[in-house]
Amino acid sequence: MKSVKQETVPIFTSSDVVVARQKVRQWALELKFTLVDQTKLVTAASELARNALDHGKGGQMMIEQVENSTRNGLKLVFEDRGPGIPDIEAALRDGFTTGNGMGLGLGGSKRLVNDFHIDSEPGKGTRITVVRWK
Amino acid sequence: MERIPILRMGQFLLVTIQVDMHDRLAVQLQDDLTQKISEWSSRGVLIDISTLEIVDSFIGRMLANIAGMARVLDAETVVVGMQPAVAITLVELGMSLAGVRTALNVETGMELLYELRGDFHSEMGG
Amino acid sequence: MSKLPEMISKHEEQLRTEWLKQMSSAVRRADLMSDEEIKAQSRELLAAIASGAKSGDVANLDGAAWATTRDILQSISTSRAKQGFTPGETTSFVLSLKQPLFSIIRKELSSTPDAMFDEVWKATTLLDKLGQITTDAFMETREKFIVRQQEELMELSTPVVKLWEGILALPIIGTLDSARTQVVMESLLSAVVQTNSRFAIIDITGVPTVDTLVAQHLLKTITAARLMGAECIISGVRPQIAQTIVHLGIDLANVVTKAKLSDAFALALQRTGKTVVNTNGGNEKKTFFKKEE
Repeated sequence: MKSVKQETVPIFTSSDVVVARQKVRQWALELKFTLVDQTKLVTAASELARNALDHGKGGQMMIEQVENSTRNGLKLVFEDRGPGIPDIEAALRDGFTTGNGMGLGLGGSKRLVNDFHIDSEPGKGTRITVVRWK
Repeated sequence: MERIPILRMGQFLLVTIQVDMHDRLAVQLQDDLTQKISEWSSRGVLIDISTLEIVDSFIGRMLANIAGMARVLDAETVVVGMQPAVAITLVELGMSLAGVRTALNVETGMELLYELRGDFHSEMGG
Repeated sequence: MSKLPEMISKHEEQLRTEWLKQMSSAVRRADLMSDEEIKAQSRELLAAIASGAKSGDVANLDGAAWATTRDILQSISTSRAKQGFTPGETTSFVLSLKQPLFSIIRKELSSTPDAMFDEVWKATTLLDKLGQITTDAFMETREKFIVRQQEELMELSTPVVKLWEGILALPIIGTLDSARTQVVMESLLSAVVQTNSRFAIIDITGVPTVDTLVAQHLLKTITAARLMGAECIISGVRPQIAQTIVHLGIDLANVVTKAKLSDAFALALQRTGKTVVNTNGGNEKKTFFKKEE
């Protein structure tokens, strides 16, 4: 993927999570995503930013416009120096449920984007990369 | 600190969420609502989210919590005005808000509240 | 340093004339493009190639020097794809420049065979690359067109109908995959908003199979509608489908399902507080539902 331009947002307070959402919204608007796609991406960003804050003890989000041979997209990278995720599969395992229980996990966010990748090891922090293509 | 205003309309409470809420504001709203329902013996709560462009799992849980707590205090909750893009996203996220009643707008929401809990004799009481 | 740029500039006029002559009538397609158009395209392209060769590397066409050439090829390709040229015809337009170019090279360098071979090689590589750019651009245009058609088809095949005040019907024809489900949800929800409807009847008579995936998609749609205050009733459930649902252990939770659309409609009418009255010319008999015989 060829990247075109990028921006980094710190995530250390719950207000930062709001800022992160708004930035992603701005970028998605500029790239002229459809309303539903914008909403999905911004919501995913909110989930992942909050994760970085709550579980990861703070970190940052990087937004980058990307291109591959046929289309444009928006890439978000969430990084934190927290405890890491011991069982990635379990964290992702979250089928469509009708309950409103706690901890929807990362499975939900994964469904809101096109590409989803987690790099995490206990003690080494977490990096989650997501892409939404137009 | 800023708070989301809660309006009283007879036996019901009306809350309009218009800002992009950060987590503390959401928690504050839950606390304020539970307190007011109790204080005014309200029978219903109408939450208007028609200007909310994002509802993530935190806000979703907040709505479910409010409905749950209100029910324990014998009040019904109706959430109105969810935007189509938001509904589609919430469903994809895996939230169904099963315990929360919903309506299309404030008007139909109020109709529903009256259907469920309206007691016309003591409408303006409290 | 290649002698191509020099040679192209020096003989530009001649190259162009030869090139046009070179395009056989098959490639020429006079039925799709006028003489003036083709002359203009040739002139533009040749000028861009000349300037690209002059300021850039003839082996690597990714740089800024070749940007104009790439753009021209892109637009020639796109417009020809739309006009109905075949990919072969479009690429031949570019490749038929080879013969005239080789002739020029031979004329200039016949006394130095090594240099001549060198330049011919450079020229053929250059034109092959230009041909590749043309083909890729052509395919891209075709693909975008197909994708757009697929989208339109999906939208057309999910109409939402207003049956009565506050009651919508959504007949689904064909398979319900995840892409389709997105379209269905968007159509349904925007119709709910526009018509202020509280009920939506999703008719699945036209859905050939209902397995766990399709059931999940249906449940998603129903949940989304519910979040906006609209309740869904599923109709058109054939006996075989009812069996499949039970065998697969699909839990339809609180969703009401009916075999016939008419029953679903009657139910929705009742739920919106409406009554169907049998007016029997004189002897008015009040019934709650008109039962279909």
